[in-house]
Amino acid sequence: MTPVTDFALQCPLPLRDYPVIVMAHGGGGRLMHQLLENIFWPAFQNPMLGQQHDGAVVRMNGRVAFTTDSYVVRPLFFPGGDIGTLAINGTVNDLAMCGARPQYLSAGFILEEGLPMETLWRVVQSMKSAAAAAQVQIVTGDIKVVDKGMGDGLFINTAGIGCVETELAISPSSVRPGDVVLLSGDVGRHGIAIMAVREGLSFESPIESDCGPLAAPVRKLLDAGIEIHCLRDLTRGGLATTLAEIAGTSGWRINLEETAVPVEEAVKGACEMLGFDPMYVANEGRFLAIVAARDAERALQLLRSEPICAQATRAGQVLEEKSGLATLKTIFGSTRILDMLSGEQLPRIC
Amino acid sequence: MKYLDEYRDANAVRECAERIRRMVTRPWMIMEICGGQTHAIMKYGLDEILPNSVTLIHGPGCPVCVTPVELINKGIEIASRPGVIFCSFGDMLRVPGSHRDLFSVKAAGGDVRIVYSPMDAVALARQHPGKQVVFFAVGFETTAPGNAMAVFQAHRQGLKNFTVLVSHVLVPPAMEAILSSPNNRVQGFLAAGHVCTIMGCAPYEPIALKYRVPMVVTGFEPLDILQGVYRCLLQLEQGRFEVENQYARSVRHEGNLPAQKIMEEVFQVVSRKWRGIGEIPLSGFGLRETYESFDAEKRFDVAAMVVDEPAECVSGLILQGLLKPHQCSAFGGRCTPEHPLGATMVSSEGACAAYYRYRGIKLLQ
Repeated sequence: MTPVTDFALQCPLPLRDYPVIVMAHGGGGRLMHQLLENIFWPAFQNPMLGQQHDGAVVRMNGRVAFTTDSYVVRPLFFPGGDIGTLAINGTVNDLAMCGARPQYLSAGFILEEGLPMETLWRVVQSMKSAAAAAQVQIVTGDIKVVDKGMGDGLFINTAGIGCVETELAISPSSVRPGDVVLLSGDVGRHGIAIMAVREGLSFESPIESDCGPLAAPVRKLLDAGIEIHCLRDLTRGGLATTLAEIAGTSGWRINLEETAVPVEEAVKGACEMLGFDPMYVANEGRFLAIVAARDAERALQLLRSEPICAQATRAGQVLEEKSGLATLKTIFGSTRILDMLSGEQLPRIC
Repeated sequence: MKYLDEYRDANAVRECAERIRRMVTRPWMIMEICGGQTHAIMKYGLDEILPNSVTLIHGPGCPVCVTPVELINKGIEIASRPGVIFCSFGDMLRVPGSHRDLFSVKAAGGDVRIVYSPMDAVALARQHPGKQVVFFAVGFETTAPGNAMAVFQAHRQGLKNFTVLVSHVLVPPAMEAILSSPNNRVQGFLAAGHVCTIMGCAPYEPIALKYRVPMVVTGFEPLDILQGVYRCLLQLEQGRFEVENQYARSVRHEGNLPAQKIMEEVFQVVSRKWRGIGEIPLSGFGLRETYESFDAEKRFDVAAMVVDEPAECVSGLILQGLLKPHQCSAFGGRCTPEHPLGATMVSSEGACAAYYRYRGIKLLQ
């Protein structure tokens, strides 16, 4: 994504007066209206937001998926994305994992007094592009300003709804022995990209977050009539934690092949240095699809035809064993369990 | 990635395991010293591809695990004081003291920071002249040169607000403690490649000779470990007891001389308490007199704190290779990574953590 840098030329706010957020921007008065009129409404414009009502009224058909997530990332900008792209894609992806077509989002902003107006503007511009790419509309929102020191610059909450246009029961409890686990791409990039900026680590080739929308590949699988049993995006806790959760809920053992889990060289290197396991590092544009065995090959080809899933692999299988364990067959043929992480991964001593 | 891919090559690993299987004629017990090696063994399931007659025993080489509760408590006490920035490698934060860990201190408003290098702590001291910056200097010979350099630099820069809480331990005295124990079962050692990168092979030669045990300086990748095991077993089968160097891509016989020099400048050998094991004479480093003013125990007057080890944790036996983690009655029940009784359950190099994380439920069943 190209960073938006021409703030001075494009931002219509009277910069001379308010180069940073002040308490009054959250006060509901004229300043807040200026902020809405000059930054938010032009970026997110759509008829529903245009009504400037207390909430949005939308028409939905049939079953509706509904989700929410809050975004508190530090730093706000990182290679491959920023808090704005995360706030859109994270919620879009949660809806997609329900088998829904993401449609409408709300956006709540908690701004810290003193936040540079340019920062807010850049984030809003990113949200605008991410929403367009994911074909969703931001139809309602909220702004609050907290005292300096009471926030970390900028927090965003987004909630989203979307129609579920499939009759499939997409959930861990639908997982059956024999099902095939498809992994949509390489793992560990988002977590390492963030870590690198946060800790001032630099690598020969910069590592970019994988942050991106997953609704289109999921839609492709659904439209092709693939028998999907479970979908789950790999966020915090990474691939291992996600798989452990699904295995635990389904009650079946799920075995992953280490050789079928792609990890970019630079990510591998960074993980080696920090003592991290890429299987547990966060992602923001990757998911697991657990599908009926007979549809697996077709599903894999469909995924690979989407750029964001170009590296998709057939990563494992659900076994006829009632242990609820996630396991990994290592490159040496031995097997180990993939347990949930008990806390954060911590850089180790030596 | 160079030096990584070729040492994780599945065919080479299988071939080496096969050579071991063909060569071994009777049961042997080998101890890998370093917790990093223990984790690699568990993570890649290397014990599963070795013949049953070869038992790997996990050694005390996890710096976090052998740091006595007393020192953790001292760290917690210092970190809780106002005006202190307490810096540590990430690993130490989850280790339980008598009542809480450093994470809880942070949550209660203490300024506890994870750093990647002790020099980061020196930089913090320079940036915050009004604060006391303390670095938790933990580790074996591997981290000692870096920590020594931090103290040396702080001294040169005349920093009055930088101190270190020293908990440095040494490998050879621990090996001797294990070998001279009447319960000892260890017949050969895989010595830790990174420790020997600093210290060289020489410190191990008198021990190998005295106790008639083979030692192979070994790296950390799967193939390294199997090659180390192979060379150790070959010596055992042939009745030899020499120090060999499998990790020649990093270890020179004399070690890293400039690193040794800076350690020698700043530290002197002192007796140290090991968590779960007790005091081992001349088994660690303390600051030399010239650098005494950088001693956090003195600056914060915590030197006199004495704490008993928790009774239920048997990590001492585990660290000496006398018990395997899953043989502990608390393993996976009263002791888990979320509610650890001892450091071996939470350290990224701890043997209990390795068993729990990579085998946990399988072992419990």
